[in-house]
Amino acid sequence: MLEIKNLHATVDGKEILRGINLTIKAGEVHAVMGPNGSGKSTLSYVLAGRDGYEVTQGDILFHGRSLLGLEPEERARDGLFLAFQYPVEIPGVANATFLRSAVNAVRKHRGLADMDAMTFLKTAKAKMKQLQMDEKFLQRAVNMGFSGGEKKRNEVFQMLMLEPTLAILDETDSGLDIDALKIVAEGVNALRGPERSALVITHYQRLLDYIVPDVVHVLAGGRIIKTGGKDLALELEAKGYADIIADAA
Amino acid sequence: MAANAQTIETVEGLAGDYKYGFVTDIESDILAKGLSEDTVRFISAKKGEPQWMLDWRLRAYKAWLRMAREKGEPTWAKVSYPEIDFQDIHYYSAPKKKTLKSLDEVDPELLATYEKLGIPLKEREILAGVAVDAVFDSVSVATTFKDKLKDMGIIFCSMSEAVREHPELVQKYLGSVVPVTDNFYATLNSAVFSDGSFVYVPPGVRCPMELSTYFRINEAKTGQFERTLLICDKGAYVSYLEGCTAPMRDDNQLHAAVVELVCLEDAEIRYATVQNWYPGDKNGKGGIYNFVTKRGACRGARSKISWTQVETGSAITWKYPSVILQGDDSIGEFYSVAVTNNAQQADTGTKMIHMGKNTKSTIISKGISAGKAQNTYRGLVRVMPGAAGARNYSQCDSLLIGDRCGGHTVPYIEVKNRSAKVEHEATTSRISDDQLFYCRQRGLSEEDAVSTIVNGFCKEVLQKLPMEFAVEAQKLLGVSLEGSVG
Repeated sequence: MLEIKNLHATVDGKEILRGINLTIKAGEVHAVMGPNGSGKSTLSYVLAGRDGYEVTQGDILFHGRSLLGLEPEERARDGLFLAFQYPVEIPGVANATFLRSAVNAVRKHRGLADMDAMTFLKTAKAKMKQLQMDEKFLQRAVNMGFSGGEKKRNEVFQMLMLEPTLAILDETDSGLDIDALKIVAEGVNALRGPERSALVITHYQRLLDYIVPDVVHVLAGGRIIKTGGKDLALELEAKGYADIIADAA
Repeated sequence: MAANAQTIETVEGLAGDYKYGFVTDIESDILAKGLSEDTVRFISAKKGEPQWMLDWRLRAYKAWLRMAREKGEPTWAKVSYPEIDFQDIHYYSAPKKKTLKSLDEVDPELLATYEKLGIPLKEREILAGVAVDAVFDSVSVATTFKDKLKDMGIIFCSMSEAVREHPELVQKYLGSVVPVTDNFYATLNSAVFSDGSFVYVPPGVRCPMELSTYFRINEAKTGQFERTLLICDKGAYVSYLEGCTAPMRDDNQLHAAVVELVCLEDAEIRYATVQNWYPGDKNGKGGIYNFVTKRGACRGARSKISWTQVETGSAITWKYPSVILQGDDSIGEFYSVAVTNNAQQADTGTKMIHMGKNTKSTIISKGISAGKAQNTYRGLVRVMPGAAGARNYSQCDSLLIGDRCGGHTVPYIEVKNRSAKVEHEATTSRISDDQLFYCRQRGLSEEDAVSTIVNGFCKEVLQKLPMEFAVEAQKLLGVSLEGSVG
């Protein structure tokens, strides 16, 4: 599904990623944990193709095809979804309008007909119910005046509507209380399947109690310094990053 | 402006010489370039106008000469362009015969734009100037509409027809809102106006459909000096749509239109414009200069005038649709979107003149600039001493795309009554990289992302447009800003 090979990337000329190797097979959920400044968010932006995040070495293969040189929208239409750490506000654009454009852009790419307004509304309402979101959010402007938790829920809602094959969740747990965290995790788990994978970026082990990963990686200084099973997250929680980084050095 | 004054003197001299030697063939289709008293007489004669109309035009012409001599063109707007040679313009030409045989002969770029705007094929042909043999649907539809309007006592015809058929109304109202000597371009228009629309809605009648120049698309092209007069009698209502989202090519570079609205007691006029004239090439070359005077008078108590405009075309836009709030409790509204890309310049806004008691006005202006364009909101809110309890709310937002364009807000507020309440809010923002990336990560192309963000920015104004117009206007915003990012 996703193969990251010796990935080096710079931001403003500064090297942030220094040789990442990571392979996610179809159906797997991987967690990437690490201290602040380790390059977690940079990794998610590089995967999504954000301007200003320059790959200087290595390659990223998605479904066997290199992502380098593809525009962000091309990657998105191919099934790569990024749940933002800080979702962006778009004044005046109704959530429903925005999401329907997105859904239809992806459908068009896959050779499917546009989803009509009725079907869209029906599908959206069902997903919102699942996430315990008020239907009023459909008519509100994208992320405008949403609380931190509402924004994160809205990201997961978009993800459920777009049905990506690879979902990257960038600190989706931050700003969520425990109830919201459970709901969001259930949403993510609902999307799990043999053809879908996820890369969960998080600071805390807490989220991984609910979204149980197949593999856990520790990112520090732009490299993956340790890889293990779900127990590694517990170990990190107990010992702290400093010890693991010291062990790996 | 010295050169201008000089030109005028020369022309005056010439006019004197040629006063009796005027021999231009009245049957000819195009009048030689230049402006003189004879030009005015020619236009009036060509239209078979009565003496009073000719006298009116001549009065305007004399006033214009004086203005040109004393002050010249107005220079206070934030637009720059080479001085206009008013002698180098054709002031009359009959509508051109369509010569193209099929769409194959039309500029492919123009066709591509029509396609993007989703304009039906038949309409594309008409817009591009292709001869249409088959009966065009909307022509018959228009005729049916006209019959229905007639039954209700509503007059909707060309200005020329109104001058002939309804002289009492034209004489009573023409120039009553925009006086002959109002401003340089309005005065010029008064002297040489080509044609335009005339609407009269009788007392208590609610016009059952949106009136649109579109219904008159098959009629003569109204030319560069358009004159529109719209009268809504007591308790009447009318909604009027002007313009077209399709890019209109025009050989005339200078456009100076005048629109006058008269709204009597309890009447309401909604006037919506979509303007998409040729903006010129990337450097603004060949684009249209649009110097328009639009003004409405809320004469009666509780009357209401609402202007909505979406301005995306023209090289230069100079336009301030205004409302004079004379009647007590009358309401004036101005909703505007002005988009400027590449080298376009727009100086647009409104004037709300509060005279009556408890008069209310609302101004919502959205200016979008891209490329190296300059976009200025210029507005006046004036509360006269008698306007007790007057209220105004103004909101002016500017959105910038890229770092070479400019957005400017110039509000003038004059309050002469202590009980008045005037609020003004202004913001300037930029389309952020964050917003663009967010949209693109969801699968939208860069262009769709810009168009989505811009449409969101303009939402309050777009939702004031009649439904079909709003959908077209949304697409138009996207097309107008193509290539503005990256």
